[in-house]
Amino acid sequence: MSAVAGHALSLQRVSKRYGDFVAVQDASLEVASGQFLTLLGPSGSGKTTILMMIAGFVEPTEGRVLLDGRDITALPPERRDFGMVFQGYALFPHMTVAENVAFPLRVRKLGRAERDAKVRAALDLVQLDRFAERKPSQLSGGQQQRVALARALVFDPALLLLDEPLSALDKKLRAELQEELKALHRRVGRTFINVTHDQEEALSLSDEIAILNHGHLIQVGAPETLYERPATRFVADFLGKSNFIEGEAEADAGGFVLRRGAARVVASGAPRAGRTLLSLRPEKIALLPEGATEDNVVEGRIASWSYVGTGYALTVMTPDLGNIRVHLPAWRIPVSPAEGLPVRLGWARDAAVAVAEDPGSPVPGGVA
Amino acid sequence: MTPKGRHAAGWWALIIPALLLMTAFYIAPILQVLAISVTEPQPGLGNYERLFTSESVQRVIGTTLRIGVITTAIALLLGYVLAYRIAMSGPKAQRWWLLAVLVPLWISVLVRAFAWVTLLRRQGLVNQGLLATGVIDQPLALVWNELGIVIGMVHYMVPYAVLPMLSSMREIDPRVLTAARGLGAGRIRTFLRVFLPLSLPGLIAAGVLVFIFSLGFYITPALLGGGKTLMVAEWIKLQILDLIRWGLGAMMATVLVVAILATLAVLSRLVNLRRLFGAGS
Ligand SMILES: Nc1ncnc2c1ncn2[C@@H]1O[C@H](COP(=O)(O)OP(=O)(O)OP(=O)(O)O)[C@@H](O)[C@H]1O
Ligand SMILES: [Mg+2]
Repeated sequence: MSAVAGHALSLQRVSKRYGDFVAVQDASLEVASGQFLTLLGPSGSGKTTILMMIAGFVEPTEGRVLLDGRDITALPPERRDFGMVFQGYALFPHMTVAENVAFPLRVRKLGRAERDAKVRAALDLVQLDRFAERKPSQLSGGQQQRVALARALVFDPALLLLDEPLSALDKKLRAELQEELKALHRRVGRTFINVTHDQEEALSLSDEIAILNHGHLIQVGAPETLYERPATRFVADFLGKSNFIEGEAEADAGGFVLRRGAARVVASGAPRAGRTLLSLRPEKIALLPEGATEDNVVEGRIASWSYVGTGYALTVMTPDLGNIRVHLPAWRIPVSPAEGLPVRLGWARDAAVAVAEDPGSPVPGGVA
Repeated sequence: MTPKGRHAAGWWALIIPALLLMTAFYIAPILQVLAISVTEPQPGLGNYERLFTSESVQRVIGTTLRIGVITTAIALLLGYVLAYRIAMSGPKAQRWWLLAVLVPLWISVLVRAFAWVTLLRRQGLVNQGLLATGVIDQPLALVWNELGIVIGMVHYMVPYAVLPMLSSMREIDPRVLTAARGLGAGRIRTFLRVFLPLSLPGLIAAGVLVFIFSLGFYITPALLGGGKTLMVAEWIKLQILDLIRWGLGAMMATVLVVAILATLAVLSRLVNLRRLFGAGS
């Protein structure tokens, strides 16, 4: 199935307005052939709208959609030849699994023998060959989801669009199907565009993530880049958790130093001056044992703590920087946590990243 | 008896009056009709023999079936288009459409039948309009024949056709239609392969409803048929009230009831009737 490479898709300054309401504002996006891109954002941020503009169900108010450089903005959905998995699967309830999967082949007028062979191959691919004669209502959620995938893949589309394909499933099944989806992407080598509001799913599946908020495309980049170098406060907060430290920056030898009251926080990166917001991931902070030191050291007391299985989540009240959240694996905690216990927090100079505030406008080009 | 059982018995007692009423006013008369059909004018199956021997009896049944089928077909077609239009419009527009469909139901059948007569007769609005615009030069015979009956009956039946079909169409998940198009089916194919099959239960329900209604229809055929085209109901009235042939009238009434029950029985094998008429799901 992987003889054909995926399509490359690009959105050029696409906007969608419903009356006065802006659902998507000036979004530009490049998806390379064979890539797995995820549109990630909270509910109502415009993910489905963007996907529907790519699919051709929603006409952009402004901007163009290009497929391998060809303008397809005006092409009706049935002529775009994209595979689609819809929010809630949208299987045809009056058809069996096999008939559902055969549907795209039927409308493409394939011969019976070829059709049967392809349906069987597609059902094999998602391991549902035994269920071919069942109706969708006789399948579990996960099985229905796989039928939807088989139906979307059976006609070898060069581009697959998935709208929250896993959102209706329980956590364990979701994790399983994420694995399957990823393996499938590797096997078929097509371009996948996935929509989700689950940040873990986005991080584990994607080659690239595009983060949306209030219709703005805020940052696009590889999962590591987005996690390590978030462009704005929203990205840092939505993708994982973060502490925010605000202060006045001035350049120093290794990057810049941020002053907040009596405290100084050193950070690496491009020298900068003026009001600055730092994002600091809770898992990049250590509890320093007696005598140890770090680039940044802050003293405080444990305000609250909880055991979360993979480690401890602490909130440390510091006189200089306010509450700081810390996440540590159990083996890296030198003391047994207790409320009111005095601790010293330390983090390396390159642990914190300067991020922009979200004025509701996209950061041009992002940091990626 | 468990408390629960006593409860159940109590509830049953509550519906006994209704049961008695049903028996007195519904089941008893039907049984009596059945009895008359095999006792008048003399005991035996003589009346039923007429089904096979009398040409006039066969003609009435033939006419009734023909008009019933034609009416049902046209009412279903118009009703389907209407229901589709309603199902596809926004919630606010839907309310207005629904009102427009239901208003005729509040107007007496009699009034509507007379209205059609005034419209369709030789000097009626339709003929005059066509004559004036020169489309025809002789008035058309639009009423007091089968055509008139069909027009009047279709008009009466369309709302009954729309309602079950609309409720069936409303149950169709619009995402399924989007999916069909996303997978490469154009509008027409999406309709034929997805929408139509999914609305089929409503279509069948509407068909049964309208067909059964048409078989026993009285006022509209009596007024718009002008006494020349007889359908079963009017024929029965003729036998009983004018010709005082009680046995023959009762026989036809029994045949009508049996025909309706048979239609329902055949259908209940094909589809789930309870679902069809909207009881539970
Ligand atoms: N047809 C429409 N008319 C008016 N507003 C719309 C329409 N479709 C979507 N919107 C609005 O556009 C915004 C973005 O909607 P969209 O469906 O793209 O969100 P989403 O990111 O997919 O959310 P979710 O995660 O809840 O599916 C929402 O505020 C929504 O109310
Ligand atoms: Mg959505």
